[in-house]
Amino acid sequence: MSLTLNDIGRIAKLARLELSGPQSERMLGQLNGFFDIVEQMNAVDTTGVEPLAHPTAVIGEVALRLRPDVVSEPNNREANQKSAPAVERGLFLVPKVIE
Amino acid sequence: MTAKQIHEMGVAELAAAIRHKQTSSVEAAQALLARAKQHENLGAYLAFNEDATLAQARAADARVAAGERSPLLGVPIAHKDIFVTQDFPTTAGSKMLAGYQSPFDATVVAKLAGAGTVTLGKLNCDEFAMGGSNENSAYAVAHNPWDTSRVPGGSSGGSAVAVAARLAPAVTGTDTGGSIRQPASFCNVTGIKPTYGRCSRYGMVAFASSLDQAGPMARSAADCATLLTAMAGPDIDRDSTSLDRPAEDYTAWLGKPREGASAAQPLKGLRIGLPKEFFGEGCAPDVIAAVRTALAEYEKLGATLVDISLPRTELSIPVYYIIAPAEASSNLSRFDGVKFGHRAVQYDDLVDMYQKTRSEGFGPEVQRRIMIGTYVLSHGYYDAYYLKAQQIRRLIAQDFQQAFTQCDVIAGPVAPTVAWKIGEKGDDPVANYLADIFTLPGSLAGLPGMSVPAGFGAGGLPVGLQLLGNYFREGELLQAAHAFQLATDWHTKSPEGF
Repeated sequence: MSLTLNDIGRIAKLARLELSGPQSERMLGQLNGFFDIVEQMNAVDTTGVEPLAHPTAVIGEVALRLRPDVVSEPNNREANQKSAPAVERGLFLVPKVIE
Repeated sequence: MTAKQIHEMGVAELAAAIRHKQTSSVEAAQALLARAKQHENLGAYLAFNEDATLAQARAADARVAAGERSPLLGVPIAHKDIFVTQDFPTTAGSKMLAGYQSPFDATVVAKLAGAGTVTLGKLNCDEFAMGGSNENSAYAVAHNPWDTSRVPGGSSGGSAVAVAARLAPAVTGTDTGGSIRQPASFCNVTGIKPTYGRCSRYGMVAFASSLDQAGPMARSAADCATLLTAMAGPDIDRDSTSLDRPAEDYTAWLGKPREGASAAQPLKGLRIGLPKEFFGEGCAPDVIAAVRTALAEYEKLGATLVDISLPRTELSIPVYYIIAPAEASSNLSRFDGVKFGHRAVQYDDLVDMYQKTRSEGFGPEVQRRIMIGTYVLSHGYYDAYYLKAQQIRRLIAQDFQQAFTQCDVIAGPVAPTVAWKIGEKGDDPVANYLADIFTLPGSLAGLPGMSVPAGFGAGGLPVGLQLLGNYFREGELLQAAHAFQLATDWHTKSPEGF
């Protein structure tokens, strides 16, 4: 299986990346080169193997922790917005979405 | 001043000199900042804030004057620019975060500061910690001080350069697929990546959340133990994958007597497993020779060598490069030009703003990984790639558990070659990925791993010995590395001119 330029365009759109024509060509070659080495995964029989998400789960159950649903952080809006590209009256500004 | 210059001292020596008022934290910080600036062309640092550094140093000196005693008090260190810091900008090596000022300190940074360290600055790294040569930094080329035409390794490349060139006695790094161990190996530095979840990920700019782990890099295993003791421990409220296990004193492990051991044979009874897949034709002869010599030294120290197999070593490359980009594509979706970081200047509408912002802000390797990750998580491909990779990940982790029935520690090379020339692997992602083959298996399994200076290979370039332990056995790894460093002096060698 090989990716096509169409696929690259579709994936870039999903990833919210804008690739020029030459960039897409280059990306296509590199991704296909990568998926060549992925092929060897198909030869592995994984029937009945539970996917491993948290590595230490291989030696014992890892319980996902939930914290109580209560406010734990103080209001720190100014510091949190210090690095925002566009802020007005404490709000993040984005281009108009609804006309 | 002591007879030895400040930059020549490791963590323990410098802390003692400060404690005994032979020098001060301020004096040490000033000397190391001056040295860092003198060697700016190495590309180790991305940011300084001298006022903040000296304010921290004065505070540390006040703690010393007040009689406080702690093994890190007043010691200047530096942080990989992947840890967020209040007093210094944080870029993660990316244009996307140019000028970003964090409103808080990463847990690891805060814990080390609590133990008395002083921050010299932020260290260069591959963009979002993606890379193995530091060539993916958006800001500066980092040079290996052993041969400045060569890469220092990555992604914690600036970290390794700072320790190797004696710009800092110790630093922090992060390891997702080998990013502490491999640059440590390339630069003759000692580094440890602890068990996944041992150090908090809070405030580490996220790359691949099921793999990312922080750790120290320094000039000796003993210094690493001191730092790791301060860095590690549960962070239950702030990192959902932080291990709920009490912190440990790793320095206590260093000289801990082993059953049946003697002064001549301190590692008696230690079984070291050698995976046959790590010693095949995929590894350069000069690297194997240095590793074998180091292993012979381990035998002299009382350890026994056992042949083992990690049959899925080669598979770890596709498995890792599916899982890590998948998690990265998800983590990096937060960079959209709205709440922080870069925003494109010109755009038509909201979606166009997202796309232009991300295409301008992310470098080529980051964009490639986002593309791979987006694809393998997309509808219709998830099972074939991401789920399949996670299933093989379990098999790889099980292979290690099988191996640890035959041995206590696993040893082999860190990387198949010594440091390569800057630009040599170019923009070829597969060539770069293949070089990670010996560090990826341990990363996927979430095991603790070290790189210990083991001698020199072709061109007089450093070779690291990789030690992998079972879960939570950082202490045993550090003990094994420390015993080796008491018997050898590879770790004390510094590059000519530094």
